Amino acid sequence: MRSLLARMKGERFTGYVMSSPYIIYFCIFIAFPIGFSFLLIFHKWNIITPMEWVGLRNFLRLFQDVQFFRSILNTLIFLVIHIPLQIAVALLLAVGLNQQIRFRGFFRSLYFMPVIVSGVVITIMWRQLFGYETGLLNMMLLKLGLGKVPWINHPAYAMPSIAVMATWKNVGLYVVLFLVGLQNVPRFLYEAAEIDGAGPLQKFFRITLPALNNTMVLVMILSTIGGFSLFIEPFVMTGGGPMSSTLSAMLYIYNQAFYFGHMGYSATLGFFFAAIVLLVVLIQKKIVERD
Amino acid sequence: MRGLKNLPTYLALTVGGMIFAYPFVWMLFATFKPEMDITNIGLWSANMSLDNYRNVFEKIPIGRALLNSLFVSGCVTACVLFWGSMVGYALARLNFPGRELIFAVILFTMVIPFQITLIPMYILMVKFGWVDTYLSLIVPGMINSFGILLFRQFFRDVPQDLIDAARIDGCTEFQILFRIMWPLSRPVLITVGILAFMGSWNDVLWPLLVIRLEKLMTMPQLVTLFAIGGQAEAMIGVQLAAATMLAAPIIIVYSFFQRYFIESMATSGLKN
Repeated sequence: MRSLLARMKGERFTGYVMSSPYIIYFCIFIAFPIGFSFLLIFHKWNIITPMEWVGLRNFLRLFQDVQFFRSILNTLIFLVIHIPLQIAVALLLAVGLNQQIRFRGFFRSLYFMPVIVSGVVITIMWRQLFGYETGLLNMMLLKLGLGKVPWINHPAYAMPSIAVMATWKNVGLYVVLFLVGLQNVPRFLYEAAEIDGAGPLQKFFRITLPALNNTMVLVMILSTIGGFSLFIEPFVMTGGGPMSSTLSAMLYIYNQAFYFGHMGYSATLGFFFAAIVLLVVLIQKKIVERD
Repeated sequence: MRGLKNLPTYLALTVGGMIFAYPFVWMLFATFKPEMDITNIGLWSANMSLDNYRNVFEKIPIGRALLNSLFVSGCVTACVLFWGSMVGYALARLNFPGRELIFAVILFTMVIPFQITLIPMYILMVKFGWVDTYLSLIVPGMINSFGILLFRQFFRDVPQDLIDAARIDGCTEFQILFRIMWPLSRPVLITVGILAFMGSWNDVLWPLLVIRLEKLMTMPQLVTLFAIGGQAEAMIGVQLAAATMLAAPIIIVYSFFQRYFIESMATSGLKN
C-alpha cells in the first residue's frame, strides 16, 4: 500500500517533469507574447526609444488606414479566387485518380511535388512563367496566335495570377485529402444507383459530392487559414505591386513593423487581422455545417 | 474494354501531370542555358553550361546557407521529437493533476492565429539578444503542439501490460519512453519528423525578421533576398539556379520517401 502511494507520488512528479518543457515553452513563447501584444496595442513604440502610451489611438488610426483595408480586400480577392479553384481542380484530379487505373501512385506523387517545395522556389519559377515580354506563358500564347497577357504587370490581373500559382502549389495536398474522402464512400451506394439507372454525372452529384461534405469543410478551412497568411508569394513576385494590387494583409503588417518600425501599430494590425481570420473561419464552419 | 473506357481519364491525368511537371523540368534546363536562350519554350540550347551555378556561388554564400538550414532544421526536428514524445507520453500515460488542463491549453493555442504572436515574438528575440543568432531560429520552433498531440494519441493505444511489465522490471518512466515506446513509434516519429523538418526548412517569414547577417541566413531566406534584391535582378538564369539549389535537397529526399511525405502531410490536414 505504501509503495503504491510512493509510486503515485513518483508518477505525479515525473508527470510534471516530463510536461515541463511544454509548460516553460507555453509561458515564454505563447502566453507572454499574447499578453505583451495586449500591452503593445495601446502603445507607440519603435523598440529603441521607451514605449509611449497612446490609449486607443492605434485603433483610431487603423480604422482610417485605407491601405490596410485595401490589403485585407486584396487578401479576400485572393481567397475568393483561390478556394473555389482549388476545390474544383483537386476534386477533378482526385476523382480521376480514384478510378481503376495504373500509375495512380506516380500521378499522385507528381501532383504533390509542388506542395513540398518551398514557396520561394515556386514563386521565382512562376515569376518567369508570368513574365510579360519573355515569359513562358505569353510565348505559348503568341505561338497559338493569341495576344500577350500582363499576368503580373496589371493591377487587375496580378492577384488572380498569384491565386492561380498558389492553387498550382497547394492543390496536391487537397487531392490527397479528397482521395481519402472518396475511398470512404461506400461502394454499395454506387452499385445501387447503377441498378436504378443513374448516369456518371448523377452519381457524382447525388452520391460522391454529399459524401465528401466533411472533406470539403476541411479543405475550405485549411485553405482559408493558409490564404490569410499569404506573404512570401507577393513579397517575391511583385513586392505588393502593381499599384498595391497584391499587397496582402500580412505583407502590409510586415512592412509596418519592419520597414517603418511601428511595433505598437503593427501589433494592433496583427490583432485585428487575427480576429478577422477567426471570424471568417467560424462563419464558414457555421454555414457549411448547417447544410 | 476497360483500357478504352479509361482513356479519357488517363489523358486528363497526363495533361494534369504535365502541368505540374513541366515548369520544374523547364526550370532545371533553364539553369544551364545562357541568358539569351532562357525565354525559349523548348528545353535544349546549344550552349549549355554551369555558368549560372558558378555565378550563384560567387555572389552569395549558398553553401554556408545550406549548412545553416540543415543545422537549424536538424536541431528543430530533434527537439520536436524529443520533447514532443516526452510531453505526449506524460499526457497519455501518467496521472497527475493538471494533465487535462495542459491538454486543453494545447488544443486552444493551436487555434490562435500566428499573426497575434508574430510581432511580440520578434520583440522577445530582440530583448533576449537572440537576433542574428541560431537561437532565434531554433528555440521558438523547439515545441510543436501538433507533434505533442500526435504522440499522445499514439501512446494512448500502447497496451498497459507492456508499461506495467517494464515498471515491475524497475524501469523509470524515461527508460520506458525511450527504450520501449520509441522503438514502437516509428510511424509517428516519421510523421512528426517530416512535418517539423519541412516546416522549419521552408519557413521564410521568421528568418527574414530575426536574421540580418548574410552568413547566418537559411537557404530559403538567402535565395529570397537574392531574387528580390539588386544582386541578381536582371539575370534570370542565376535566380533560377539559386531556386533549383534550394529545391533540390527536398525533391531528392522526397523522391525516395514520397509515401511518407504524402501520408504525413495528409495527416496534418486531417487531424486539424
